[in-house]
Amino acid sequence: MHLHRYEKIWLWLGGAGLAIFITLLAINAFAMGMQPPSDMQMIDPQKVDQTPPFDKPGLKQIGEKEYDAYMTAFAFSYAPSVIEVPVGSKINFHVTSKDVVHGFEIPKTNINFMVVPGHVNSASMTFDKPGEYLILCNEYCGAGHHVMATKIIVK
Amino acid sequence: MLRLKTEQTNHVQVDKPSARLSLAFIIVAFASLSVGALAGMLQGMVRGGVIHLPSWINYYQILTAHGVLLGLVFTTYFIVGFLFSGMARTNGGSLTKTALRFGWTGFYTMLIGTLMAAFEIIRNNASVLYTFYAPLKAEPAFYIGSALLVVGSWLAGYGMIANYVAWKKNHKGQRSPLFAYMAIATVALWQVATTPLAIEVLFQLIPWSMGWVPTVNVILSRTLFWFFGHPLVYFWLMPAYIGWYVCVPRIIGGKIFSDALSRVAFVLLLLFSIPVGFHHQLMEPGISPAWKMIHVALTLIVVLPSLMTAFSMFATFETTGRAKGGRGLYGWFKHLPWTDVRFFAPFIGMLFFIPAGTGGIINASNQLNAVVHNTIWVTGHFHITVGAAVALTFYGIAYWLVPHLTGRTLTKKANRVAMVQIVFWSVGMFIMSTAMHYLGLQGVPRRTDYTDYMNNAEALSWIPWQRVMGFGGGLLFVSAVLLIGVLIYLGKFAPKGNEEYPIGETDGEQYTPAILERWPVWLSVLAVLIILAYAMPIMEQIQHAPPGSPPLRTW
Ligand code: HEM
Ligand SMILES: [Cu+2]
Ligand SMILES: [Cu+2]
Repeated sequence: MHLHRYEKIWLWLGGAGLAIFITLLAINAFAMGMQPPSDMQMIDPQKVDQTPPFDKPGLKQIGEKEYDAYMTAFAFSYAPSVIEVPVGSKINFHVTSKDVVHGFEIPKTNINFMVVPGHVNSASMTFDKPGEYLILCNEYCGAGHHVMATKIIVK
Repeated sequence: MLRLKTEQTNHVQVDKPSARLSLAFIIVAFASLSVGALAGMLQGMVRGGVIHLPSWINYYQILTAHGVLLGLVFTTYFIVGFLFSGMARTNGGSLTKTALRFGWTGFYTMLIGTLMAAFEIIRNNASVLYTFYAPLKAEPAFYIGSALLVVGSWLAGYGMIANYVAWKKNHKGQRSPLFAYMAIATVALWQVATTPLAIEVLFQLIPWSMGWVPTVNVILSRTLFWFFGHPLVYFWLMPAYIGWYVCVPRIIGGKIFSDALSRVAFVLLLLFSIPVGFHHQLMEPGISPAWKMIHVALTLIVVLPSLMTAFSMFATFETTGRAKGGRGLYGWFKHLPWTDVRFFAPFIGMLFFIPAGTGGIINASNQLNAVVHNTIWVTGHFHITVGAAVALTFYGIAYWLVPHLTGRTLTKKANRVAMVQIVFWSVGMFIMSTAMHYLGLQGVPRRTDYTDYMNNAEALSWIPWQRVMGFGGGLLFVSAVLLIGVLIYLGKFAPKGNEEYPIGETDGEQYTPAILERWPVWLSVLAVLIILAYAMPIMEQIQHAPPGSPPLRTW
């Protein structure tokens, strides 16, 4: 099988670029800790209201400027409905669904993950700028999907 | 004397029975496209705030119709019709009796399935979008219809395999025609890829939607769906590549760059498009980061056959342009048949594929994905892959295939209108998908009705760009109307004659390693890759199943 010289160069360059790229992704994920949200915790979606801590959704302060936010997603809203934290706070979101699949996204940030019934999913972010942050559902969940949103107020 | 041989083989006409079968599939494909395009335009206008839908129809119902009609029905029917025609064309013009019988059984099975699913979508009983993610529960008839659509496509695939086996018997020791080889690779990919989908629908969704079992394992259903979902996009792409590798060289009066390398590209596509579905589930719980990374690495390997394809195409273009007298570094470029829609349409498709492939690398990267996941960026991405690169190539094919099958010709006049159609589609897609990519980076969600999230200032700032997106959709709809008009003309009214079925040839005899045609070898390698990529995580999802979800109707 004959391979043209230019094609060899082309494929070697492409292959090398690819190898570097994959290595960088792996380093980012495993050495720098930038793994995609992949919480392995499970929960019965029909008993979310009886399962602590999701029976009382809300903020729990765990450090000087660090909070755990236990939230539930359901058609077509989130609980708690508004969250308030001081500037510079880190929030660890832990979210689960009481019914169908939902999304959890804060536009223009890296907070973007799926909320799948039967599982808890988690991600963290530090809010360094004051303002109102929109949280929206980015997975189709039914007739009211486009109104499913809530807010974080950072003061 | 090679030239003489080319002239002779290019006189082969697809015979009546094979043409009728192929045409039946193509008619359903374009009927489906015309309804889907109307839905698409409405979606853009709704999201731009230009129109409001009447109360008897909701946005998600239209969106389900659009995704099913274009993503599943248009593509599958066109592909089966096109592949059957090419199998006949490279088999002396005819399909075997067995192939025809399988073909028609497949056609009617698919049609019944499509009508069942469509009926439930129209009744608003299946507004679950074309991915039908559990625990959203559609009527059982929707799932049964989808299953029939898949089973019908399997039957059609068996017909093609029967034809290929018959060819092999009659041509002992010879290398199969490139078209047939590529078609069989596509059929193999489809057969393997749809198996997990069939398992999801038959063993999970149908019993659960019937009420025979109370709950469903949601994460498993999603894993099975995306086990199918990524090769689905290669099932769309490979027939377009057949058009590029096999038909385009003949249309521009050139030669196939390399028979062997074309086959290698197809083997790589078959192997590396399947064990990779977790790149659609990067933001999901219940799948460990290590498995996600393995799938990401395997996904990115498709860069290699893509680079090979790009090289082959431009090598063919340059060689042909130079043979026609093009001088200097870029002189050959002018000598390509720019006003021939059979070339122009797939060529623009190839150009779209350059940013599309780049976007794909971004989507598949496990960190970058957090920025774009489930935003309308993704919708922008697949409108330039399947909606532009693939769709434009299919239109370019339809413009010679339909008259070939109906014994008519692609006239100068029809060619001119078709060129206008392609320009409208390209400009419309460019505008719509640019707006979608831009909006996605702002975080605008996909699959979402008009919304300002209770007067949120950020959400309000998205509306003007959504209007731009809707404007692109308007141009696309105009283009779809032109397309249907030209195709009806070519099928019913154009002058009688022989429109060539372009099948390229290599420059002289080329050596192709026999191993490329040993399917058992490649299917075994594929099986090993699939077991490596999926056996452990799927076992895990079954053994440590999350508590199940009951069926819900939230629309
Ligand atoms: C007239 C041309 C077209 C227009 C105006 C159009 C418009 C749109 C719009 C605006 C959306 C996004 C809706 C949303 O997420 O809220 C969409 C989604 C989609 N389009 Fe198109 N499109 C066109 C052609 C095509 C073609 C040719 C294909 C495939 C062959 C296609 C496949 C899809 C799919 C699969 C979706 C996703 C549906 C979902 O998220 O469930 N479209 N289209
Ligand atoms: Cu939603
Ligand atoms: Cu994919």
